[in-house]
Amino acid sequence: MDYSYVIAIPLIPLAIFLLLGLFSKKIPPSISGWIGSLGLGASFVLSLYTAYHYFLEGKVNGIYQTFVYKQTWLAFSDKLHIDMGVLIDPIAVMMLVVVTTISFMVHLYSRGYMKGDDGYTRFFAYLALFSFSMLGLVLATNLFQIYIFWELVGASSFLLIGYYYTKPSAVAAAKKAFIVTRFADFGFLIGILLVSYYSGTFDFAELNNPEGIMISNWASTSFMGLSVFTWGLILIFTGGAGKSAMLPFHIWLPDAMEGPTPVSALIHAATMVVAGVYLVARLFPAFYFVQEGYALNIVAYVGAISSLFAAIIAITQNDIKRVLAFSTMSQIGYMMWALGVSKYNGHEGLGFMASMFHLFTHAMFKALLFLAAGSVIHAIHSNYLKDMGGLRKYMPITHITFLIAALSISGVPGFAGFFSKDEILAAAYEHNMLIYISGVVVAGLTALYMFRLYFGIFWGKDTSYEHPPHESPWSMKVPMLFLAVMSIIGGYIHFSEFVTADHQPFAAHLNYTLAAIASGVGILGILIAYILYKKETTIPDKIAGTFGALYTWTAHKFYFDEIYLFVTKKIIFGLIAAPAAWFDKHIVDGTMIGIGNVTVAISNKIKGLQSGKFQDYAMAFISGSVILAIVVFYLWM
Amino acid sequence: MDILTLFVVVPIITVLVLIFAKDLKQARVISLAGMLVQLGMAINLIVAYLHERQLVSKDTIMVFTRDIPWFESFNIHYTIGVDAISVVMIALTAFIVVAGIFISWKIDDLPKEFFITLIVLATGVFGFFISLDLFTLFVFYEIAVIPMFLLIGIWGSGPKEFSAMKLTLMLMGASAVLSIGIFGIYFNSNAGGGVLTFNILEIAKANIPVAAQNLFFPFVFVGFAVIGALFPFHTWSPSGHASAPTAVSMLHAGVLMKLGGYGVFRIAMYLLPQGALHWTDFFLVLATIGVIYGAFGAIMQKDLKYINAYASVSHLSLVLFALLMLNKTAWNGAIIQSLSHGLLTALFFALIGMVYGRTHTRDIAKLGGIMKILPFIGAVYVITGLAYLGLPGFSGFVAEMNVFVGAFEHPDLFHRVITVIVVSSIVVTAVYILRMVGKIMMGPLVNEEHANLPKAAWYEKVGLVLLMIPVVVIGTIPFGLSEMIKDSITPFLERLL
Amino acid sequence: MIEGISIYEILSLSSILFFIGIYGFFTRENLIMVLMSIELILNAAAVNFVVINTYLYPDFLQGAIFSIFIIALAAAETALAIAIIINLYKLVTSVEVKDTEVMKY
Repeated sequence: MDYSYVIAIPLIPLAIFLLLGLFSKKIPPSISGWIGSLGLGASFVLSLYTAYHYFLEGKVNGIYQTFVYKQTWLAFSDKLHIDMGVLIDPIAVMMLVVVTTISFMVHLYSRGYMKGDDGYTRFFAYLALFSFSMLGLVLATNLFQIYIFWELVGASSFLLIGYYYTKPSAVAAAKKAFIVTRFADFGFLIGILLVSYYSGTFDFAELNNPEGIMISNWASTSFMGLSVFTWGLILIFTGGAGKSAMLPFHIWLPDAMEGPTPVSALIHAATMVVAGVYLVARLFPAFYFVQEGYALNIVAYVGAISSLFAAIIAITQNDIKRVLAFSTMSQIGYMMWALGVSKYNGHEGLGFMASMFHLFTHAMFKALLFLAAGSVIHAIHSNYLKDMGGLRKYMPITHITFLIAALSISGVPGFAGFFSKDEILAAAYEHNMLIYISGVVVAGLTALYMFRLYFGIFWGKDTSYEHPPHESPWSMKVPMLFLAVMSIIGGYIHFSEFVTADHQPFAAHLNYTLAAIASGVGILGILIAYILYKKETTIPDKIAGTFGALYTWTAHKFYFDEIYLFVTKKIIFGLIAAPAAWFDKHIVDGTMIGIGNVTVAISNKIKGLQSGKFQDYAMAFISGSVILAIVVFYLWM
Repeated sequence: MDILTLFVVVPIITVLVLIFAKDLKQARVISLAGMLVQLGMAINLIVAYLHERQLVSKDTIMVFTRDIPWFESFNIHYTIGVDAISVVMIALTAFIVVAGIFISWKIDDLPKEFFITLIVLATGVFGFFISLDLFTLFVFYEIAVIPMFLLIGIWGSGPKEFSAMKLTLMLMGASAVLSIGIFGIYFNSNAGGGVLTFNILEIAKANIPVAAQNLFFPFVFVGFAVIGALFPFHTWSPSGHASAPTAVSMLHAGVLMKLGGYGVFRIAMYLLPQGALHWTDFFLVLATIGVIYGAFGAIMQKDLKYINAYASVSHLSLVLFALLMLNKTAWNGAIIQSLSHGLLTALFFALIGMVYGRTHTRDIAKLGGIMKILPFIGAVYVITGLAYLGLPGFSGFVAEMNVFVGAFEHPDLFHRVITVIVVSSIVVTAVYILRMVGKIMMGPLVNEEHANLPKAAWYEKVGLVLLMIPVVVIGTIPFGLSEMIKDSITPFLERLL
Repeated sequence: MIEGISIYEILSLSSILFFIGIYGFFTRENLIMVLMSIELILNAAAVNFVVINTYLYPDFLQGAIFSIFIIALAAAETALAIAIIINLYKLVTSVEVKDTEVMKY
């Protein structure tokens, strides 16, 4: 089958972006929202159509085929050239579905959420730009194309976080997000350059090819004890860690919540932040085979540590969007280490499959959590837990959908999160006990903080509101309900039939013991949250008091922001940039001006020769003639 | 009249007509008409060039050549000809000059004289890009540099006399060094035993002795690189830009500073290849310092024009860095970076001029939240900023990636280290660009007096859009441009092998 | 060919005259005195012309004619110089050298 029409999926949002961006003044808000939503709807339908055909007919001899359509965009040298094109394989198709689904839902939701906002059209233009970039990233055929769209999603994320651009905190958050990810992308770019120089290609097909230079010949070059390709992959992963908010690049994600909530749902929960996971998955064979998976091990540990770290912090945060942000980071850590512990063939590749599965289900329930949180924020105009309580009476639909998403993320049996999480833990159990234990702990913590949030918002103290909160309009409820349904049924998809590391379906079974442990821990977490937060009690404060310093550290996110601030303000600004500016002004420019001043000084000294006394001139003339005469005389002699 | 000489003749005619202009209205219409003709010719030249390329043989380096002696005894000729690099540079110049005239639409102080000086400057630049004779090229170079003194000294702001003097003296000093180099080349141009010649193509055929190449390369290189903001000779640029009027800053940073990289490429590298190989490592270190140092310098500046001037130092050092990498990809990147930086920096200076013209301050502490009041200017400012920091889809990205990939073709540790250092500038660039954009365009309105600033006028919009078009075109469909330039680079590269 | 007086004595005289003139030219503060010193220099030259003509080419008269020419020139020059000095006096009410240094630097 010819899949070249897939190019239209990203191009539709691009067209919408150009339309809304160039004519933002001329298009009334009521129309621009519809243009955006319908366009994304078209992309959504196309994606589903593609997925349907691909997963049904894409197999040859039981292996999913890869389809590539590309066109040279810029040629560097005879070997190296950037192609633009689309690459269709199981993970790309899966991501297409995820991105278009969430984007479409968020477009629909935003029509209600952003109603009456000044920059309504601008908002939809940005959303379309983001959707275009993200879809381009997903469909990338080579490292450089993914880098290009990687930067574009970064820029659209910048624009969307800074959407309320008159708010200083939003501007600061936007800058922070861009610069931190840019720093990570610096590593990514070096990684690309390294890998491409030694392998002579940017193409994923060639890089992942078991007979290609990268995989078959990784031992040929080494630098400081590691293969150059391993270095390259580690650096590429740096870029992925930056976008996916892994340690130590996570600091931008909580601040990114300054953006409008639909943006958080789309970009900072469901799609852009999983780009790092997608990147590792995209290069999975390379990661797995080069130097016996050295780089992949790093991925696993970074993911595991980030996951645990974020889950601990999430317990102590009071801004509901920040809790969700840390939760996202924690869940992405899950996906990362699932990839990290995975092997390649058949059932051994369970981790890969589970990671993609979790990516899919997580996108659904986390987007839902954000949209529900957005609905709450929309109703009471505050992000803080202290301003909320007892909202279940006022907002029944929001309440139910939030509950479904929370149950799903906590891994309660029957919901989507349960299935994907179980597969991940099973993969870890088989290959890395340490990470498995940390994973189980994180599962418990996830349930705890999520239900702390749930009880805090919808139960707990009955805050008296000045204006009684009202349920959101249908434009917001419909996407929430759709995602709630997806958060349940998403788990019943047999992912191992479709998305696997080696493109060959295998049969995955629930491991009942592990599932019981994981869901048991999850339910335990929910119970603890029930006891602590169902009714307003003093127990949480007491616990906080007992832990003392640890609590303070956690509440301050382990002072990572302060460390970064110190490094940027004191070291980069104070010790590099300011001295450089000083050096330039006083030493370099000083030298140049000094040369000028010396010239002036010399001229001041010697200008006395032009005294204006004709007798001095005559004297000079005579003595000159005499000296000349003597010289000539002696030379002639 | 041949197609190239017209590029010098049209501005001269424009200047002659301008002498009879009575007021601002007539002066700007005449200048605009003249320069629009020039722009049309530049675009036509691209088409004509591509067509001519098909007709001539592969070995032909220059097309549309013409040779008229004008000083027989020293064998000085008016030799002209273009390859793809000159063609795109001419187009760049034409775009920026037209945009500059739009931006100067309302200049009130001595308008006629201003436009005359501006167009004289442009004449020099156009002449420079078409010349193939060292002496003629040098003459045009001086024609381009001298009007700067008047433009800054008369129409500038701040300590304009000092800045004008500093700029002119430093560039004249560089010219002195350059002329030594040029005469060094001239007197060594007859190694084969023929007559001495200034003709670039002739000299390239007769190889200059290696000792002379090693001796004169630094002269020619430094002579040109000073105007290309080589560290540590860049300090004329921040103060010069800060004092210059908007259109002059645009033209200067956008075009004049490109003469440096172009000269290095066309003369230093081409005529003195052995010298280039001998000296690259030393100058590479300087260029690397320039890239990083300019970027860090820009972080700390408070004046918008200073920020942009230091950013220019950083970006133009990248051009020199790429040229010194001595391979096709990097050179291609250098040329595209010249184009891209020319357009983007002109855009930035135009925007800064618009902000300054309305608020009468360039201190970033006193500006903030301008986007709310000037949406068009704000949006273009943000887009320009993003393009400047190398966002894909704009020309800067294409250029930088070519440079980086080219630089990575050297596998030794020295080149690796400096390349990584230079690549790290993309982060620093992001820092200072976002700091500036975030501070002055976004955030709350700092100064209440700014609440009623006049919106962008039509001529300002036209000027900005005119510059934005090539930025986006190069950024989204770079293939054709890149291939066109690459073909022309090949003969130059072969000299080094 | 002058009896009792050798050419050396005459040349010594003219040299002394010349150097007195030079000395005066450099050291005098008054412009008139400077002018007089110039006259001495010119006279020394005129004497030399006459004497050397007499000793070397007694049959010709070019040297003598030249000395007359110098005298005429000196007269003209003096007239011109005096005119300048008078004008200068009108301007700065002084004929001292130190007051004429306005053209320096």
